[in-house]
Amino acid sequence: MRITQGTFSFLPDLSDDEIRAQIEYALGQGWSCSVEHTDDPHPRNVYWEMFGLPMFDLKDAAGVLGEVRRCRETFPGHYVKLNAFDATHGFESLRLSFIVHRPRDEARFGLVREEASGRTLRYTTYERRRS
Amino acid sequence: MNARYAAGVLKYAQMGYWQPDYQPADTDVLALFRITPQEGVDPEEAAAAVAGESSTATWTVVWTDRLTACERYRAKAYKVEPVPAAPGQYFAYIAYDLDLFEPGSIANLTASIIGNVFGFKPLKALRLEDMRIPVAYVKTFDGPPTGIVAERERLDKFGRPLLGATIKPKLGLSGKNYGRVVYEALKGGLDFTKDDENINSQPFMHWRERFLYCMEAVNRAQAASGEVKGHYLNVTAATMEDMYERAELAKDLGSVVVMIDLVIGYTAIQSMSKWCRRNDMLLHLHRAGHSTYTRQKSHGVSFRVISKWMRLAGADHLHAGTVVGKLEGDPNSVQGFYNVLREPNNPVDLQRGLHFEQNWAGLRKVMPVASGGIHAGQMHQLLHYLGEDVVLQFGGGTIGHPMGIEAGATANRVALEAIVKARNEGRDLWHEGPEILERAARHCLPLRQALDTWKDVTFDYASTDTPDFVPTLTPA
Repeated sequence: MRITQGTFSFLPDLSDDEIRAQIEYALGQGWSCSVEHTDDPHPRNVYWEMFGLPMFDLKDAAGVLGEVRRCRETFPGHYVKLNAFDATHGFESLRLSFIVHRPRDEARFGLVREEASGRTLRYTTYERRRS
Repeated sequence: MNARYAAGVLKYAQMGYWQPDYQPADTDVLALFRITPQEGVDPEEAAAAVAGESSTATWTVVWTDRLTACERYRAKAYKVEPVPAAPGQYFAYIAYDLDLFEPGSIANLTASIIGNVFGFKPLKALRLEDMRIPVAYVKTFDGPPTGIVAERERLDKFGRPLLGATIKPKLGLSGKNYGRVVYEALKGGLDFTKDDENINSQPFMHWRERFLYCMEAVNRAQAASGEVKGHYLNVTAATMEDMYERAELAKDLGSVVVMIDLVIGYTAIQSMSKWCRRNDMLLHLHRAGHSTYTRQKSHGVSFRVISKWMRLAGADHLHAGTVVGKLEGDPNSVQGFYNVLREPNNPVDLQRGLHFEQNWAGLRKVMPVASGGIHAGQMHQLLHYLGEDVVLQFGGGTIGHPMGIEAGATANRVALEAIVKARNEGRDLWHEGPEILERAARHCLPLRQALDTWKDVTFDYASTDTPDFVPTLTPA
């Protein structure tokens, strides 16, 4: 299955040129870029591993794209995403976040249903073993 | 004997409710009314009457005023001006001392401001156009339990509008069939699905049935996509006890959001907001009923005021218009509502109907919801008018897709992502939007079919609720 987290997962995978255009947009807004990766793309996994610190002072799209490439090469079997952080008052949060690399063998999730009283169910989402 | 307090009837202006020299204090609540006096009633007296009837006055002089600091408690009409291009109508500005209001209570605020005064005989019609809530009063409200920023972090969805759909037909589906629609739409790419305002607990589907099937669908779709999903479970019911019971089941089943209708009333809304704050739940507010008093310009309450009250009362989502869809919405007015809901401060912006500066003092931001008669082919217009922090709800535009619900959802999501990507690349959405969508449709058959099915659907009627202002000429 194709995990559809992130801003652009329903589009064909972005080329490096397309990724650079998004980085340029983010830097143009005054946001800081960062790269994160994980082998646990569970929808509730908030903390992917940081590939270095957010690049607060890097204003060069090519430099950011270089970090994306380095992360992909280091962790080819992981998911990699690019984040853009806005430190402005009232936001102080991500403004853009999209997947820039996927493992060849994507994660798949299943559900555990624990039957409780009154026909209610307690659901647990778990990652199925990859093929 | 002070002549002001001699028994008998005085004009309101003479009783102290018209004070053209009054300088509003930073802590005053300010209100702008559109007044239409009866023949022979002069506008200053009408404004004074509104000030009087919405604060301390009664129709005659009462000596018991003298047991109070009555000059402080009297609301003061301090400015009256003709409404541009609307003969017989006047804008009346009125200031209210902060001590007139109970902290943190929309019910109390509105009992004064829109209490008796709207039926007052010397006026033909009365409309509350705008309000300035002073920071000192804003800070007594909790505001949205979640807000836009925390909602996005909780859902892990950034950089694009969120997508939703209202389940159709809105009445008559069994719980199992209803949940099927939820599952297909969420799996296809929507972030949220939604109960409609009048789905509560009816013979064809009791509320527990709906909640159980919907949450099965939400969890299935979450597992199928790897994304957080939600369904606005409408907990609107006859009593608070019923609403709490329904909200508790939604929580037990793991829902991220519950929904209420505006018709439950301000106190019930504030109660549900506090419940959501205690239980980490998003609160979706459907504005059912508002058009009975917001739509006509001469009488009622503007939706920009309702928006301010609901940000104070604490909704996370509020339906606020689409501009391009099937329901009333002048572009400037709608942008005014959106700015009220999601900006940290609102400057005076007459073109968008904002007559006062409003400082929100850190109160969280409400996510506006655009719902009603919109489709994928309008995606560039929607992003242009409404921006990024909005839920776009395509009900018919998802479920009515010729290839089915999942395809309809996918068409909307692909269209949205393509338009956002193009905007970020610096493309001119207004002119290139249709071409960007056509290009995206080349790799997405459902989008191709959506564009073909709805390409000519527009709702192009004159708006009834437009701001009245004199354009300021700017030097070329």
